[in-house]
Amino acid sequence: MTATDPQMRLLIIEDDRESADYLVKAFREVGYVADLASDGEEGLALADSGDYDVLVIDRMLPKRDGLSLIGTLREKGNRTPALILSALGQVDDRIKGLRAGGDDYLPKPYSFAELLARVEVLSRRHGGPAEETAYRVGDLELDRLSHRVARGKDELTLQPREFRLLEYLMKHAGQVVTRTMLLENVWDYHFDPQTNVIDVHISRLRSKIDKGFERPLLHTIRGAGYMIRDGIR
Amino acid sequence: MTAFGKLIRTTAFRLTLAYLFLFALFAASLLGYFAWNTRRMITEQITTTVNAEVGVISDIFGRRGLHGLIQTIENRALRPGANLYLVTTPEGRAIAGNVGSLAPGVMATSGWSETAYRRLDEQDNTDHRALVHVTELDNGFRLLVGRDLEERRRLFGIVAKAAQWSLLVVIVLGLGGGIFVARRVLRRIDAMTGTTQRIMAGDLSGRLPVGRSGDELDRLAENLNAMLERIEALMMGLKEVSDNIAHDLKTPLTRLRNRAEEALAKSGSEAEYRCALERTIEESDGLIRTFNALLMIARAESGQARGNMDDFDGADVANGIQELYEPLAEDDGMTLRVKTESTPLHGNRELISQALANLVENAIKYGKPLAAVQPLSAGSAAAANSKEILIEARRDGDQVLLSVTDHGPGIPASDRKHAVERFVRLEASRTQPGSGLGLSLASAVATLHGGELRLDDAHPGLSATLAIPAPAGVSDRLAAQTPDVSQKAA
Repeated sequence: MTATDPQMRLLIIEDDRESADYLVKAFREVGYVADLASDGEEGLALADSGDYDVLVIDRMLPKRDGLSLIGTLREKGNRTPALILSALGQVDDRIKGLRAGGDDYLPKPYSFAELLARVEVLSRRHGGPAEETAYRVGDLELDRLSHRVARGKDELTLQPREFRLLEYLMKHAGQVVTRTMLLENVWDYHFDPQTNVIDVHISRLRSKIDKGFERPLLHTIRGAGYMIRDGIR
Repeated sequence: MTAFGKLIRTTAFRLTLAYLFLFALFAASLLGYFAWNTRRMITEQITTTVNAEVGVISDIFGRRGLHGLIQTIENRALRPGANLYLVTTPEGRAIAGNVGSLAPGVMATSGWSETAYRRLDEQDNTDHRALVHVTELDNGFRLLVGRDLEERRRLFGIVAKAAQWSLLVVIVLGLGGGIFVARRVLRRIDAMTGTTQRIMAGDLSGRLPVGRSGDELDRLAENLNAMLERIEALMMGLKEVSDNIAHDLKTPLTRLRNRAEEALAKSGSEAEYRCALERTIEESDGLIRTFNALLMIARAESGQARGNMDDFDGADVANGIQELYEPLAEDDGMTLRVKTESTPLHGNRELISQALANLVENAIKYGKPLAAVQPLSAGSAAAANSKEILIEARRDGDQVLLSVTDHGPGIPASDRKHAVERFVRLEASRTQPGSGLGLSLASAVATLHGGELRLDDAHPGLSATLAIPAPAGVSDRLAAQTPDVSQKAA
């Protein structure tokens, strides 16, 4: 797993030394420039002055809590994407976090793969182009306006939900998207199904877009999720 | 605290004392007013009588001289119950009348005065009191006319005695009543205190005694009992959960630990280590899921999730869940159908979705028809039917029913209550993956919304229903509309 942009700058605001060090190390290993702040005030000062692509903010911090930090940043017009980490994993806590100006919310404990996938999607959103009307990965094309999907010369018929699933995957082509991200963004559910319900949807989609084609586009990333991409990087 | 000390500290007793004081004050002021007025009236009466007599006697003196005066005085003085009379010479010598002695200086001051006196014919040495009027006659002679104040004094005595007795009676009755009421109240309060102390000591099954009178103490006791009931239920739930957590979370934790230990012990290849680590992560993910489910249930049960409620259509939830799980059901050789009508709800959409998802997951996992009852002729209508799971959203009176029906083996009636409990996994499900929390969460979510989770026989199969009260006002509005039933086959 490598970051799409080696110059990606990340600020981690987390007071727990051990998890903070782990995060910094893990992000540096995948090619990020990762800075660390260990309390709310320091975090606010750094986030405000530095030019970061993504902020990873613990919800409960000494001196100034995570939500107030984001609120202050947003008031100052700083729109750096912020991901909130929290031990409070419930739906209304998540809503509170997003209302305070956070862009994503990840309950603890989380897997690094999940965090990385979400951070990459956020940073892309920050620096990337506006929503496009059509996506293209290899010879797979998706037109968001006419709802047309084609692979090469073959027109594909997708169910509405399959279309939205593919749309989300293609919007984040080349990036790992996790099952939870799919459940949240395609289905708008924030609970954790006990079964592999997302995998079944993916395999259906895969049978429509990859079956009978020489080169598969929809890949399973072990221990993380899925990625749509052309060829092997 | 002594028993008496406790008694006089009761509210009932203190109230009685306050009333007693007020009542005594009232009685005293009434008697006082009465006494004062009587005294005034008697004094007035005496004054009038004496004035009249002074007038008459002065007149006689004017007409018949000293001699006539003395005669009149002597006459009058001898009458039974006579007033007091005294005539003195300018030198101060008594020449007529029935007064033996007077307080010194009384004869010297003209006009009204109160004095001690003794009658001439009285042998005892007791002084009496009288109200007297002294008049100076023309030639230096002085005339005293007065009246004994005994009557006034006696009357005063009667009033004073009445006051004393009535006060005594009031105080005795008041204190007695106060102590009686206070003791009654205190006995009941003591009984309550005793029970609460037992409860505090750990016996949660204790209940306060409730009398039959339905008075304020009974009502209080009833309410406290209801509260204790709830606390006991919560405590039992908590205890059950902690027992279950201890049991059901220790098992996977032990597995996790053993696996890590085993991997450490034997020197394996990198691939083997990797495999062991992956399984460790898988296992801990399962544990996290279980914890999340437990937290969710706890939150739903404690009512904390009430904050995040809005209005939505139960039909959308049912359709959404059908859409999400339909491929999974199909992969398992089943069909997931949905049948909905507009069912407005007020609640936590996320929680209700999750509850319904849990029911559907259960139906997919456990709702497969038993091999024995499956007809041999594959493709027959019955066989296809028995592999169908139906999600339904409908209204029933003022309730919204979200149900999931399968045609599997079902749950025996005797096990249904049990099945909802946390971590309970019925015999049939032991071999399947899962935390045993699905139905508990569904039940907690239903309870949070003021409804319940019903498990019924689907002949054959299980029908699990979230029965949730429709928001107020909506049921009437909907009754007027024609139901729009949409059916969608998977």
